[in-house]
Amino acid sequence: MDFCKRHFLVALVAVLGLVVVAYVGVKANLQVLFGVVAPYLAALLFIEGLIYRVFKWLRSPVPFRIPTTAGQHDSLPWIERTWEEKLDNPATTGHLVGRLALEVLAFRSLFRNLRSELLQDPDNPEGARLVHWSYKWLWLGAIAFHYAFLVVLLRHLRFFTEPVPGFVHLLDSADGFLQFFVPVVYISGLVLLAAATYLLARRLYNPALRYISLAADYFPLLLIITIAITGILMRYFYKTDIIAVKQLALGLVTFHPQVPPGISPLFYIHIFLVSVLFAYFPFSKLLHAPGVFLSPSRNLATNNRRVRHINPWNYPVKFHSYEEYEDRFREAMVEAEIPVEKMPPPEEEEEETPAPAAKAEKAPEEEEG
Amino acid sequence: MSKPPKPAELLPGISYQPPAQGWMDLKPEFRPGTFCNAAQPKWMEWIGYPHVRSWKVTDDDWQLPPDWKETILEGLQDRLNRFRSLKLFFDICVRCGACADKCHFFLGTGDPKNMPVLRAELMRSVYRRYFKTAGRLLGEIAGARDLTEDVLKEWFYYLYQCTECRRCSLFCPYGIDMAEMTILGRELLSSVGINIEWTLASVAQCYDKGSHIGATPQAMKDMIDFFAEENERVTGIYTPVHYNRKGAEILFVAPSGDYFADPGTFTFMGYLLLFTYLDLDWTLSTYAGEGGNFGYFMSHEMGKRLNAKIYAEAKRLGVKWILGGECGHMWRIINQYMDTWNGPADFLEVPVSPITGTKFENAASTKMVHISEFTADLIHHGKLKLDPSRNAHIKLTFHDSCNTSRGMGIFEEPRYIIRNVVPEGNFVDMPPNTIRERTFCCGSGSGFNADEYLETRLRGGLPRANAVRHVHEKYGVNHLACICAIDRAVLPTLLNYWVPAVEVTGVSEMVGNALVFEGETERTTDLRDRPLLGFEEAEEGEEAE
Repeated sequence: MDFCKRHFLVALVAVLGLVVVAYVGVKANLQVLFGVVAPYLAALLFIEGLIYRVFKWLRSPVPFRIPTTAGQHDSLPWIERTWEEKLDNPATTGHLVGRLALEVLAFRSLFRNLRSELLQDPDNPEGARLVHWSYKWLWLGAIAFHYAFLVVLLRHLRFFTEPVPGFVHLLDSADGFLQFFVPVVYISGLVLLAAATYLLARRLYNPALRYISLAADYFPLLLIITIAITGILMRYFYKTDIIAVKQLALGLVTFHPQVPPGISPLFYIHIFLVSVLFAYFPFSKLLHAPGVFLSPSRNLATNNRRVRHINPWNYPVKFHSYEEYEDRFREAMVEAEIPVEKMPPPEEEEEETPAPAAKAEKAPEEEEG
Repeated sequence: MSKPPKPAELLPGISYQPPAQGWMDLKPEFRPGTFCNAAQPKWMEWIGYPHVRSWKVTDDDWQLPPDWKETILEGLQDRLNRFRSLKLFFDICVRCGACADKCHFFLGTGDPKNMPVLRAELMRSVYRRYFKTAGRLLGEIAGARDLTEDVLKEWFYYLYQCTECRRCSLFCPYGIDMAEMTILGRELLSSVGINIEWTLASVAQCYDKGSHIGATPQAMKDMIDFFAEENERVTGIYTPVHYNRKGAEILFVAPSGDYFADPGTFTFMGYLLLFTYLDLDWTLSTYAGEGGNFGYFMSHEMGKRLNAKIYAEAKRLGVKWILGGECGHMWRIINQYMDTWNGPADFLEVPVSPITGTKFENAASTKMVHISEFTADLIHHGKLKLDPSRNAHIKLTFHDSCNTSRGMGIFEEPRYIIRNVVPEGNFVDMPPNTIRERTFCCGSGSGFNADEYLETRLRGGLPRANAVRHVHEKYGVNHLACICAIDRAVLPTLLNYWVPAVEVTGVSEMVGNALVFEGETERTTDLRDRPLLGFEEAEEGEEAE
C-alpha cells in the first residue's frame, strides 16, 4: 500500500475504532467510563498538556528579531504607510497587536494566498507561462471551519450552565435564524461539517496535498467530522433524552458526576470522541492554535534598527582583528597609500609581501555581493 | 560544467504532479547542474571549520566522521534549546499546503521536496523520530524516520535548494519560516564537515582579507580608483575615494560585488558620483570592505564573525555613523542581526544626514542607514539636481530583493528614487503578485552563484524571469533595477537565458546617470558608455573620426 493510502487508512481505522470502542463499552454498561472518566481525563490532559507544551516552547529563547516584513517599513516620516502596511510591518506595539489580532481572528496570511500555475501559451516561445492568481478557497474553508467550531462549542454551554447565560440564547437563536426543520437547524453545525469535509477532500483530491499529508493530518479532521455527524444525528434524527444529557453535563462541571439512565449510545460515542480530541490536542499539530501567538516571524515588532534586541546566549566569537590584518598587509597598504596604524620599520621595506593575487581564486564571470 | 537545457526544453518538462512513490522512499539524484560542489579543505582550515577532508558530492562515501549521527542529534537538541523558532516551526505545521506553490524552486523544478512544507518535513521527520514519543514508538506512520546517510544527503540537496528568501513564511498562516530551518540545518551539516565550495571560499576569503572576492587592500583600492577615473572620463567629474580615513563622519560599506564585476561596478560609480556631488565626509574601509556576508549562509556564528568587522572598524576609524550600499542579505543582517550580534554600537551617533539634517530615528540603535533611505531623503528635500532625460533610453522595472523585502520592508524608497531619476512613464512595476513582499527570488541567493549549479539556478529564477518577460513584452521594459549585489551578479545570466534584451542595473547607477553637476562636461553617454537619447549620431560620428 502506498504512503498516502496507508496514512489515510490508519487515521480512518483509528477513528472508527474509537467509535466501536465507545459503542461496545456502553453496551457493556461502562457509561461511567465514557461519560465521566474520559471527559475528566481529557480535560486534565488538555489543560496540563497545553501548559506543558507552551512552557516547553517558552523555555527556548528568541535570539533574533526575525519578523517577516510584509509591507513598507517605518523609515522616513514623509513616506506614507496605509493601515495595512502598518499592521503588516508593525513598528510599534499597537500595530503589532493589530497584526496578531488580524492573524488570529481573520487569518491574514492565509487571506494573501495565491495559486501559481503553469499555463500553456502558444504565443510564448517556450510554450507556457507562469500565472499567479488570488486563491481564497483555503482561507474560506479554514475560517468557516474555525468559526463554526467556535460557535458550536459556545452553543454547547447550554448543557453546562443553569441558568443558561443570555449570550448563549442569543447565539442559539442567531444560529437557528433560518427556522426550518424541527428542531430548528443550526447553521454552524452544517458549516462545520461542510468545511471540515472540504478540508479533508482537498487533502485527498489535490495530488500535492495528498503527497504531504500524514495520518496526523487526517486523524483530527476525521475525528471532527465524526463528532459533527454524531451531534447532528443526535439532534435531528435519533434523539436522546436531552434532560438526562444536561444532568450529566451539569454533574461534570459541578464535580458531582452522575450517569442518568436513558441516554443513547450515540451520545457516549459523541462525548468520547470529543474527549479524545481534547486529549489529543496538546500532543499534535492542533497546537498551532497557541503557537501562532508565539511565532517569532509574526509576534515581534519591526523596530529592529531602533531598539536593540538582546540574545540571552550571545557569546563572543573569534574574528580577524584589524591588527592582524594590518600586520599582514602593512607594506602593501603603505605602498598603495592606504593609511595604517603603525608604519613599517624602514629596513623591512625591501621585503616582498606575500599577497596572493586578488581574483585568482574564483571564476571571473560572476561574483557575489 | 554541464550545459543547462534550452528554455524551450526546460519549461515543458516542469510538472507539479508529485511522483507515485512516497517521499520517504525517494532519494535525490545528484545530477550535474543541480548541486553545489563540496568545499575544498583549505577554506575550512582558514576559518577553523571541523572535519576537514576532500570529498565529492557524487561520491558514495562522503567520509563522514564516525560519530556524525550523534553530532547531528546533539546539535539539533542544542538548537532546539537555543531557538524557539525551530521548536515551534517543527511543532505547529498543519501541512495546509499554502506554502507549496510559493517557492521558486518548486515552481521551477516541480520537485515535491521543494515545497517548503516537505523540505521542512525532511528535518521534521528526524526530529519526530528522536525527540517525540509518538515518532519513537510509531515510526513512519507518525511521520518519523531514522537519520541515515541518505537522509543527510537529502538534507544537503534540499537545504542547498532553498535561498532563504522567506516567501513561504509570508503565506504561512503561522509564519513558519523555512529560511530559519535552512540556516540551522546547514549549521548541522557544517558540524559534520559538509559545506559548499562557493560559499565557503567566499567566507574564508572575506574572513582573511576583507571581502568575498579575496581582494587584498591594494587590489580593492585599484579597482575602486578605476571607477573614479571612469567617472571623470564619462562625466568630467573626478570622484575622490577615501580609504581607511580616520575621523571621517561616515563609514560607507558596500557589497564587494559592486566593485568586482559589471554591472555592479556602475552602481559603485553612482555611489561615488553622489558622494562627490554632496561633498560628503566619508571613507571606505579595506578591512571592513564587505557588506555582504556569506558567513550567514553557513551559520549564525560565521555570520557574526564576518559581521563583527563593521562595528570594529567604525570604532577604530572614529566615524559617527555607517552608510550601507545596495545589497540584499547584507541588509537583512544589518536590520535583523547586526545589533544583536555585535552591538551595542554606543560609540556611534544616531545617523543625521549632513545635507538635509534628517535624523534617521529608525536607525537609532544600529546607527546604519541604507543608501536608498539616504538618497530618497535627499531628493525629497530637493538637494539633488536631477535630469531624468539622461535615463530616457531606459525603460525600467524594479525587482524587490527577497531579503530587503521580507526581512526589512524597503519598498518605497527605491521606487521614489527611480521615479525621480527616470522620465515619467519609463518605470513600470511587474505584476502585483510578483513584487514587494510577494517578490520572487533571483534563484541564486544564499550562496548559490556557483557555475556548477546553473541549471537549478535558472529553474529557480523562472518565476522572476517570467514576470520580467511580461513587462518586457507588454511595456518594452529593457532594464531591471535592484538594490542587491547578488541580483546584479546573477540576474544578467538568468535574464539572458529567459528574457534576453533586459539588462540589470542598480538604483544608484540610475542616480549617477541623472545627477547634474556644476561644471560637468555635456554628457552624451550614460555610465556604461552607451549613447543617450538624441546623441546616437554624435556617438557614431565620433567613432567615424
